[in-house]
Amino acid sequence: MSHDSGFGSGGYNFAYLDENTKRMIRRALLKAVAIPGHQVPFGAREMPLPYGWGTGGIQVTAAILGPRDVLKVIDQGADDTTNAVSIRRFFSRVAGVRGTTRTAEATIIQTRHRIPETPLTEAQTIVYQVPMPEPLFRLEPRLAETRRMHALADYGLMHVKLYEDIARHGHVSTAYNYPVMVGGRYLMSPSPIPAFDNPKMHRMPALQLFGAGREKKIYAVPPYTEVRSLDFEDHPFRPHRADGCCALCGSATSYLDEVVTDDRGGRMFVCSDTDYCEERQEAAAAAPASETEDAA
Amino acid sequence: MMQPGFHDPVLDAQSGFRAVLEAMSRPGRVQALPPGLTPPAPLQPATAAVLLTLADAETPVFSDAGTAAAEWLRFHAGCPLVASPAAATFLCVTGTPPALEEIDLGTDEAPQDGATLVLQVAALREGGALRLSGPGIEREHRLHVEGLPEGFLAARAALAPLYPRGMDVILCAGTRIAALPRTTHVMEG
Repeated sequence: MSHDSGFGSGGYNFAYLDENTKRMIRRALLKAVAIPGHQVPFGAREMPLPYGWGTGGIQVTAAILGPRDVLKVIDQGADDTTNAVSIRRFFSRVAGVRGTTRTAEATIIQTRHRIPETPLTEAQTIVYQVPMPEPLFRLEPRLAETRRMHALADYGLMHVKLYEDIARHGHVSTAYNYPVMVGGRYLMSPSPIPAFDNPKMHRMPALQLFGAGREKKIYAVPPYTEVRSLDFEDHPFRPHRADGCCALCGSATSYLDEVVTDDRGGRMFVCSDTDYCEERQEAAAAAPASETEDAA
Repeated sequence: MMQPGFHDPVLDAQSGFRAVLEAMSRPGRVQALPPGLTPPAPLQPATAAVLLTLADAETPVFSDAGTAAAEWLRFHAGCPLVASPAAATFLCVTGTPPALEEIDLGTDEAPQDGATLVLQVAALREGGALRLSGPGIEREHRLHVEGLPEGFLAARAALAPLYPRGMDVILCAGTRIAALPRTTHVMEG
């Protein structure tokens, strides 16, 4: 598909949004990158899908996307779920961009709640869909108050919350959306990715952008920026991973989903990242008799 | 007649923005903007492209580039032009920048309101005397800038303690740009 004029797709502007909206989002993105971890308000538009389905991520993607980009969209690690498929189809329709499921091929990866297992490179940008950008909202519901707390870097409340977790449960009971400090200054919600993925954000070579459509906030982590999960010296951060191997590819290091297989308590663990899992299965099939024993 | 603007306003703005985003994400890395823009003097193509990409009716622009450039910006970007640096979202500076205390640096609660200084210099290339560190930089980026106004780096460094308030700089020369967001620490020599 060609977009010489930029108006190639059935009466929609290139990448759906009008140019004024894109410019507004682009200005917000640049300030977000300049102030790592700080939530920049933006005028989120109504999108042709409901809040909660990635309207923030889609608007960020639409503002950065060009005709030569290759787009990957994942939902909980999977390329083939409804949300991922419909967002990929949306951009192929309104921007004519090529979609892919291969992490390594993509220039832009829009994600809901996972970071791919394959390490990202400097040539890639990852766009997170964020339902609730304010990490303090369960502790302080007043946005005017949380803005002040961010202004003063007053994050004692979050430390108290983590401390109370440890006092009650013996460990921090947050398995996803585990709060991080960005660049030693801003407390940030990593979006509801599993805490397992938090270490991948630290000094990632790729640019990380976050869009929250309903809450109308954009924030960012530039490449090679320090991202520390909050913890205590005597209770260091420990990312959780199910104790097992993937039933399909045998990976002992990837993040696993538990899948119920029957109504008699049968279950198995499989990789949450479908592309990573498939590539490992293909590699194992190409080089037989290595580690394929437990493949189903 | 007025000099033309972007040949393709949609895709030229997109590629221009990606260059600016890349520059801002990796301070000191020099990005090339697509050539083809012929703005009125003294504006160079990169300076003009950055402003056409980002400025519009919502962003007051301060410009020291003279009447022809101001008219060109007003026509193609549709941006209001302001005489006071304090009122500007973007400052288009081809000569000596205004005193940095006069520029809007945002507030602690809304540091994103800090202005962006689009500063035209004589030449830009990677490698060289300036040593940059901070977010977006793995270890150290080196940058060579010709024609930086005297005392500018010292004045910029004096704003660092105000972080997260601050001003972000996009350096432009010919068709090339490099950025110095407020988080970038610059050392000379």
